[in-house]
Amino acid sequence: MIRVTVQAQGFDPAAELAALEGLAGAGGIASFTGIVRADGGISALHLDHYPAMTLAQVEKVAAQAAARWPLLGLTIIHRFGTLAVGERIVFVGTASVGRTPALEACAFLIDWLKVAAPFWKREVHADGSGDWVEAKAADDAQAARWS
Amino acid sequence: MADRLTLVYFAWVRDRIGAGEERVAHPGAACTISALLDQLAEGSAGHAAAFADRARLRAALDQDYVPLDTPIGTARELAIFPPVTGGDTQ
Repeated sequence: MIRVTVQAQGFDPAAELAALEGLAGAGGIASFTGIVRADGGISALHLDHYPAMTLAQVEKVAAQAAARWPLLGLTIIHRFGTLAVGERIVFVGTASVGRTPALEACAFLIDWLKVAAPFWKREVHADGSGDWVEAKAADDAQAARWS
Repeated sequence: MADRLTLVYFAWVRDRIGAGEERVAHPGAACTISALLDQLAEGSAGHAAAFADRARLRAALDQDYVPLDTPIGTARELAIFPPVTGGDTQ
């Protein structure tokens, strides 16, 4: 059961985890929730994305994880738009018969989302000014460790 | 072949060009993305600023990531953007 959502509104990780726990045969659930951190006094983060491409790319990453690990369930939620400090940006949840596939697939998914999903972050300051976040070579290296 | 090509821009590429989307005459199947960017950069200061540092640019043809030296072929949409920065904050 693969569920991929790209949305502006928030989400409830508890409800997402409960859905994964309810899958028949599930013995291990892993999850990752990313939140907006108050780096350098930013007041919000704006996430730009390429709507025509985003869902297809996120689904492609999800399909790769599903092909590689014996997953019973996989949930990815990625938000876009303007998010205040402390708000949730991204959720990855995986369910499997045991811990190893769930944990590994979860780490794989969040690493690959960072380098494959067409999102761009802009740090917004209290005065309305902002700066685009630069991609880090470390993110490419982190994703490449799975190949 | 399509006679028009839609260009879409994101993040600071869009900011420098001053538009998120524009349509141009299709440059032909053999024309590479880089060659088209060279042509566009000659047309306006904004395009020149956006396309100056090719190492910081990524591209997608009809919503698939491709290198900048890829021929445009029969694609209808070309996206130009910086390396992506989704996922968590770190």
